[in-house]
Amino acid sequence: MEFIEFQNLNKAFDTKVIYTDLNLKIHKGETITIIGGSGTGKSVMLKLLLGLIEADGGKIIFDDKDVTTLDREELISIRGRFGMLFQGGALFDSMTVYENVAYPLREHFPEYEEEKVGKIVQEKLEVVGLPDVAEMMPSDLSGGMKKRVALARAIATDPEVILYDEPTTGLDPTNTNRINELIIGLKKRFQVTSIVVTHDMNSAFKVSDRLALLYNKKIEIVGSKEEIDQSTNEVVKKFINGEIEEL
Amino acid sequence: MADESLVAKEVPKGFQVFFGDIGQAFFTGMGYIGGLATLVLDIFRSLFSDPYPLNDTVKQFEEVGLKSTSLTSLIGLFTGLVIAVQFIVGLERFGLQLYTGQIVGIAITRELGPVLTALMVAARVGAGITAEIGSMNVTEQVQAIEAMGANPINKLVVPRVVATTFCVPILAVIADIIGILGAMVITTLETEVGGKYFLDQVTDTVQMIDFGSGIAKTFFFGFFIGIIACYQGLQTRGGTEGVGRSTTLSVVYSSICIFVADFFLTKLFLTF
Ligand SMILES: Nc1ncnc2c1ncn2[C@@H]1O[C@H](COP(=O)(O)OP(=O)(O)O)[C@@H](O)[C@H]1O
Ligand SMILES: [Mg+2]
Repeated sequence: MEFIEFQNLNKAFDTKVIYTDLNLKIHKGETITIIGGSGTGKSVMLKLLLGLIEADGGKIIFDDKDVTTLDREELISIRGRFGMLFQGGALFDSMTVYENVAYPLREHFPEYEEEKVGKIVQEKLEVVGLPDVAEMMPSDLSGGMKKRVALARAIATDPEVILYDEPTTGLDPTNTNRINELIIGLKKRFQVTSIVVTHDMNSAFKVSDRLALLYNKKIEIVGSKEEIDQSTNEVVKKFINGEIEEL
Repeated sequence: MADESLVAKEVPKGFQVFFGDIGQAFFTGMGYIGGLATLVLDIFRSLFSDPYPLNDTVKQFEEVGLKSTSLTSLIGLFTGLVIAVQFIVGLERFGLQLYTGQIVGIAITRELGPVLTALMVAARVGAGITAEIGSMNVTEQVQAIEAMGANPINKLVVPRVVATTFCVPILAVIADIIGILGAMVITTLETEVGGKYFLDQVTDTVQMIDFGSGIAKTFFFGFFIGIIACYQGLQTRGGTEGVGRSTTLSVVYSSICIFVADFFLTKLFLTF
């Protein structure tokens, strides 16, 4: 069985159907990007994987366990193996950057002493290239810096899987490049499995090993960058050429 | 067959719409109450299974209690002043001004102190809680808490509900005292009644049951304010606009809830 597998997944919000029998397999250590128009349910896929939203049917396998059947305790321990970068960063406004990055450490490793927490926080802030912002409040940071602090928080517990929700959306080219490099760098340095969700095609081709297109409530096609680039699938071609924004 | 269509036509359109709306409102209301009840259950579950969020609770006591004291005291003072003025005028017609203290004391401790304090807290604190949790919700901070292995009910809801439940009674006691003192000042100024006599009247008439039933109600008011404000915050969708809408609804619903609960709790306490 694959490291992560979505099997015949069904999900609707009230009457609004998001997926019907969606299937996707994700290998250990790869970076896979899920592309698709806005509102197609890309973010929901990541949240289902973390058990933040409940599926209506089907299975979500992570490391031989079905996430949809886990109880609260098991879910919490599974979440410790994930890091998630939320679309807007989702930094806690009421806390300093330091407290934000320390947050998952305090939750998952309450036994860590403050000195150890401080060392890890500093180390992660250095990874994202922001060694001097620990005492600042999120409201004092620019959009690109917020994303990077959020990334530092996502990797604080050295997760095996990093989930990126629109990591480059709304960023200027410099920050976009920086984030792309970080995604690539983290994979190289820590052999993490990464799932990126985006509608930024440039970024998708830059960071991923494989791409999957979410279309019409299913994964329409999965393949390596080259396969997707040369695909004859009409939807894929239109999407790559930027002809479809809202799918 | 033909009869059926005839029947359908004979029912006036407005009639159908009216009952349709009632039905809709009924189900929406039931859904809302169900949502609140689920949140209450989640709170109890969290109280038993998660470590108690002591630091956050202390912070919320400061936010809800300390920072509301001047506002609710001011309201208490003016309530005391105006209610004394009104009863002085009313009782004068019967030559019963001597009884101002008794009536004012009962009115304030049984009803006005608790209800007006609760309404002010709903407006100030309830709105603040909904706006804060609501904006955390639309910016995915609530889900981020969960994604990092913590429980948002424990981190956000428990401290706020505990704080409102225990702060509203304390604020109401202060408002009662200040209200009665305010009434005393007006009464001594405007009538022959002296301050000592007024206070004696109050302490003779107002019994523990009056004061107690008034304050007992405020625990419920505080609890409802906290629950509704948190629930409304967690239900917030649709960006900043959604936060505004939720905040308004939070104040409206908790105010309605205070008035309705006030009636039933008062009736209930009278049976003891
Ligand atoms: N918690 C929720 N409750 C109701 N509807 C939701 C919720 N989360 C997402 N949706 C809806 O599901 C659809 C897919 O959302 P999402 O995964 O965020 O899209 P995107 O592909 O842009 O990331 C959207 O129409 C959104 O309104
Ligand atoms: Mg999204």
